[in-house]
Amino acid sequence: MEKVIEVKGLTKKFKNLTAVDDLELNVYAGDVFGFLGPNGAGKSTTIRMMLSLIKPTKGSIEIFGKPLKTHRKDILHNIGAIVEKPDFYLYLTAYKNLEILGKTSGCDVTHERIMEMLELVRLADRAKSKVKTFSHGMKQRLGLAQALLHDPDLIILDEPTTGLDPEGMKEVRDLIINLSKEHGKTIFLSSHLLSEIELIASRMIIINKGRTKVEGRVEELLSSDDVKLKIEVDDTEKAINCLNESRWKEFYKGEEFGKLIFDMNKDEVTQLNKFFVENNVGVSAVVPTRSLEEYFLKITGEG
Amino acid sequence: MRTLVYIELQKIFKKWRTYIGFIAIGVMAPLVQLALYFEGDNYLNFATRSFSDAFLISGNLMNGYLVGNLILSTLFIHIPFLIVLVGGDLMAGEATSGTFRLLITRPVSRFQLLNAKFIAGIIYTISLLCFLMLMSLGLGLLIFGSGELISLRDKIYIFASDDVMWRFFAAYGFSIISMTTVMALSFMFSAIVENAIGPIVGAMAVIIIFMILSVLNIDFLQTLTPYYFTTYMPEWQSFFTDPVDYSGVLKSGLILIGYIAVFYTVALSLFLKKDILS
Repeated sequence: MEKVIEVKGLTKKFKNLTAVDDLELNVYAGDVFGFLGPNGAGKSTTIRMMLSLIKPTKGSIEIFGKPLKTHRKDILHNIGAIVEKPDFYLYLTAYKNLEILGKTSGCDVTHERIMEMLELVRLADRAKSKVKTFSHGMKQRLGLAQALLHDPDLIILDEPTTGLDPEGMKEVRDLIINLSKEHGKTIFLSSHLLSEIELIASRMIIINKGRTKVEGRVEELLSSDDVKLKIEVDDTEKAINCLNESRWKEFYKGEEFGKLIFDMNKDEVTQLNKFFVENNVGVSAVVPTRSLEEYFLKITGEG
Repeated sequence: MRTLVYIELQKIFKKWRTYIGFIAIGVMAPLVQLALYFEGDNYLNFATRSFSDAFLISGNLMNGYLVGNLILSTLFIHIPFLIVLVGGDLMAGEATSGTFRLLITRPVSRFQLLNAKFIAGIIYTISLLCFLMLMSLGLGLLIFGSGELISLRDKIYIFASDDVMWRFFAAYGFSIISMTTVMALSFMFSAIVENAIGPIVGAMAVIIIFMILSVLNIDFLQTLTPYYFTTYMPEWQSFFTDPVDYSGVLKSGLILIGYIAVFYTVALSLFLKKDILS
């Protein structure tokens, strides 16, 4: 498969602080690539290096098979990006901002194209409003519009759902999936929310302290035989007494809002249910959950 | 490049602070003219008192040319402050608002971006000076009419009315170089920091300090005077002497252009290497 982004040994030092440390990553054509890490992991610094906002101390970045260092303009022609919070010329209208950014991209943006993008992000009715009157969520959506304006093949989005309401978050997710599936765009999506990446991304990398922790296909990385179970029973006290005298004791992790919590292999869930039934404990719900948060903390070494 | 310059001009002229300079000139010049309209004769008598006994002065001396010259002389010291308001914001304004992230991720080189901003800054400077010329000389001629121009420099010069207009154009032409130096200084500061207030205050401070140092009559400070760019800025006054000291004008002009080149080069080299962290 064709590599769209290839990062090798990427390092960025700010005086004594190493923000990105020997980072390696590969993004393939058509990927929705999740770029995960806790705050301060080096995600934005990496993105800034990929967009030539800052210069790497060491290492190389190739995009569309060309070194960024020598083919910056060619490469940026085909990239749309949101870097951190969406900032615009507040004293200009949404329309004027897009017009200026489109022209700066060297493409002949038509009125129709600008309006199409504003329609896409539900801002067409505010086209003539100054951006200073926009909420954070509206600016975030305008950020998406400017990233897509010149129809790039690679879209780099740094925390694109930050500040959006649940409906807006879903719209952005659907848009990303649509851009990837229907239009064949490659998406590089940075987030600190594993659940968001799980919903959208096909491949992902988790970094911490500037270093790669894990990289691969999302379903492979997140599929595990270990599950976290929440079991709702009719008599919690009786259930706990039974558990304490059985082999299930070692899987029992405690009680949370009247529900019993277990960490165990998913193959044994049926056996546990049978155990409760045999001990006359009524089971009204068994809710298996994978603890993404715990997985994330485990990987980033903060758990 | 033309598109980029046009975009930068749009940004400049969509900001209200850009109009502070135009408003200041638009208010000050007519006010001075109004005052001269009513008190002009007194002013003229006061100005010519030292030689009025020796000369017989007749004709329309309080004319548009004299008014234009007076306003240019008076406001020339203040125009730099109006220039740095925009020049200091050209680069730092983008950093403050976070919009450098949008610009530099576009397929334009930093060199092109900086050039477009610098050229837009020069165009703003020219437009402000043209406005000053319009409001002082243009309005002055409209209100006071034309006539001979009396120019008090190292001595008294009287120019025939058909010998004046070119001098104004030449003086304003030189003023463009002087004010571009000021713009370039604030632009350089603007490329260094990420807050527009710093370059504006910094450039103003440099100009004020140089002006103060150059008028202090201390030998050591006088030896430094040739190194202040402010020393060469008022050279436009030479066009109101006869004969015009063209070699002095050329020398001052070249020195100021040299300063502009230095300020521009420093700004460029810093910006090309700068990590955009805003």
